[in-house]
Amino acid sequence: MRRHLISAADLSRDDALLILDTADELAKISERSIKKLPTLRGRTVVNLFFEDSTRTRISFEAAAKRLSADVINFSAKGSSVSKGESLKDTALTLEAMGADAVVIRHGASGAPHRLAGWVRGSVVNAGDGTHEHPTQALLDAFTMRRRLGPLDGRRVTIVGDVLHSRVARSNVLLLATLGAEVTLVAPPTLLPVSVGSWPCAVSYDLDAVLPKSDVVMMLRVQRERMNAAFFPTEREYSRRYGLDRDRVAKMHDDAIVMHPGPMNRGMEIAAEVADSPRSTIVEQVANGVTTRMAVLYLLLGGANLGGEDL
Amino acid sequence: MSSETSVTTVIKGARILGGEPADILIDGGVIAAVGPDLSGEATVEAAGLIALPGLVDLHTHLREPGREDAETVESGTRAAALGGFTAVHAMANTSPVADTAGVVEQVWRLGLAAGHCDVQPVGAVTEGLGGERLAELGAMADSAARVRVFSDDGRCVSDAVLMRRALEYVKAFDGVVAQHAQEPRLTEGAQMNEGAVSGRLGLTGWPAVAEEAIIARDCLLAAHVGSRLHVCHVSTAGSVEIIRWAKSKGWNVTAEVTPHHLLLTDDLVEDSPVGAYNPIYKVNPPLRTRADVEALRAALADGTIDVVATDHAPHPVEDKETEWAAAAMGMIGLETALAVVQEAMVETGLLDWAGVAERMSYAPARIGRLSGHGRPLEAGSPANITLYDPSVRAQVDPSSYASKSRNTPYEGRSLPGRVVATFLRGRPTVLDGKLA
Repeated sequence: MRRHLISAADLSRDDALLILDTADELAKISERSIKKLPTLRGRTVVNLFFEDSTRTRISFEAAAKRLSADVINFSAKGSSVSKGESLKDTALTLEAMGADAVVIRHGASGAPHRLAGWVRGSVVNAGDGTHEHPTQALLDAFTMRRRLGPLDGRRVTIVGDVLHSRVARSNVLLLATLGAEVTLVAPPTLLPVSVGSWPCAVSYDLDAVLPKSDVVMMLRVQRERMNAAFFPTEREYSRRYGLDRDRVAKMHDDAIVMHPGPMNRGMEIAAEVADSPRSTIVEQVANGVTTRMAVLYLLLGGANLGGEDL
Repeated sequence: MSSETSVTTVIKGARILGGEPADILIDGGVIAAVGPDLSGEATVEAAGLIALPGLVDLHTHLREPGREDAETVESGTRAAALGGFTAVHAMANTSPVADTAGVVEQVWRLGLAAGHCDVQPVGAVTEGLGGERLAELGAMADSAARVRVFSDDGRCVSDAVLMRRALEYVKAFDGVVAQHAQEPRLTEGAQMNEGAVSGRLGLTGWPAVAEEAIIARDCLLAAHVGSRLHVCHVSTAGSVEIIRWAKSKGWNVTAEVTPHHLLLTDDLVEDSPVGAYNPIYKVNPPLRTRADVEALRAALADGTIDVVATDHAPHPVEDKETEWAAAAMGMIGLETALAVVQEAMVETGLLDWAGVAERMSYAPARIGRLSGHGRPLEAGSPANITLYDPSVRAQVDPSSYASKSRNTPYEGRSLPGRVVATFLRGRPTVLDGKLA
């Protein structure tokens, strides 16, 4: 594997399968009463969060702590960053503190790429602007694999604001690497103009795609899109692209429903769908910790778990 | 070598516009004779060098007043002289904005004092570049700075009525409006060319149509009111088609292209030796696609685009060493312009040196109404001369530049050519590649 995990495109098929297999092994630990491994003892992981994201931060924090790493949480709010310190100066500060890995969440696409040029430790992208969120894609793939088995030939439909979604970008890349067939469904206003060059199919018609889908992943619709003419009204969006009970009825029996959270219940997903047995939404959260453990383990630890006492 | 213009100087054996070697005799700031075996009190050996009329830049950001940390008139005009320029048009987006006779005269006087090349201020079209009220265009035209080019560059005069009025008003003093063509609503938060790369990188797109729509509107307005329009930094294949169509109608439309848009493409934002998302490639208008580059080169070759203009845009290092979205837009270009044109246009066979002289000296001087520049190298012309060695090739080394800023996109590349000497009205501003 490379030193950093910045884009899902950084992962070869073998890399991705190694992470997922490692996560499978690590999941066994999460089922024990004592959930801790000594692997990263003495290593320092910095959670550098320029955007509020409690879910992702605590997921990474739990993952690092279960591997016995020292964790420093650096939140931009109330810190030197809010006083105008540049990303570069923050990076040099972390470097001086001897961070072995920096987990970065940033509102600007590409911020992890820039950071990687200024620090020696590993950089893990925990979401950058509207670019990527590769550990989300890994935990999604991990969740799909647990429910459905190998992903080769599986049909995954991703629905919603693809244009602004880092989750969609990382999922399209990773799922293509893993051999799944991805279809994006969205109003044309919420797709990049160049989406035809992506390794996936595109449809504007959710009802036509649902019966053929093994996985339906609903994306969050950000409130700020609603006033920028991407679609006429919230209700129209919900009617055309929301996943409600009638639509779920068109899916085959084993198909699953995913959502990266946080959800707008009643907007892109009906509450009864989110809470149904098809829904993997709570599993995704649990799997997030395991998958991020695997990522930190492989970036900072070793190539495999053969020598560990599991 | 004395810098007194009272001494006669002969340039020996230069190839004028790439032609057969000849001598050029300079006397009193004027070319006294061109021919074989001339002699003067001082001699500049120029065997193997190409002689071009002193280059004229229609689009330079000198940053003074206001951002003297990025560039000053002194440092920017040193860079210009080293790049072979004898005149530059200083854009109006300074702080304060060059929207009054007072500010344009200040910039003009700073240029005179620096003495490395002529500084011709550009006046703002609207007060404070605000896009709401016309600036006192006539006062700037009548000032000592004699402004003829008006531009809100950096911002688009997007209001159609205001643009129409500006085009009409400047006819009274033979002015031209140089438009930064960017439809503002279509480019809110825009970060790079909208296309495959922006889609993958998750950067807000700057669509070609935002440039093309304004150019089409402005061509029609210029035709309607019978005025002169100049289009700044054309960057797309579609813009080229619109300008070609406007010229075919006989309308008075001219256009420029920057060196970087002739060479660089948007995929550098994703994949380059300096890493992905490196804002050294962030510029407005953005780098476009290979197809756009090819169309721009063809348009410059066939005359659809009249001029190469640098859009030299210095920024201090802290404004580029940031995440992409936070970085300033712009690239320096005075000291690499001729090299890039050689690489993109001459070495590809699209332009000969006479064509380079037309597009980097004669045409920009004509559009800017600079009577003392852009004249052929013949007896009676002002002795504004650039001597250029096209035979060398070297790695770009930004630390050697005279510009105060280092934001060149060419670092690490090799580029051809070297400006050996520049003469401003017979006085050398550069000799042997160094400031004289």
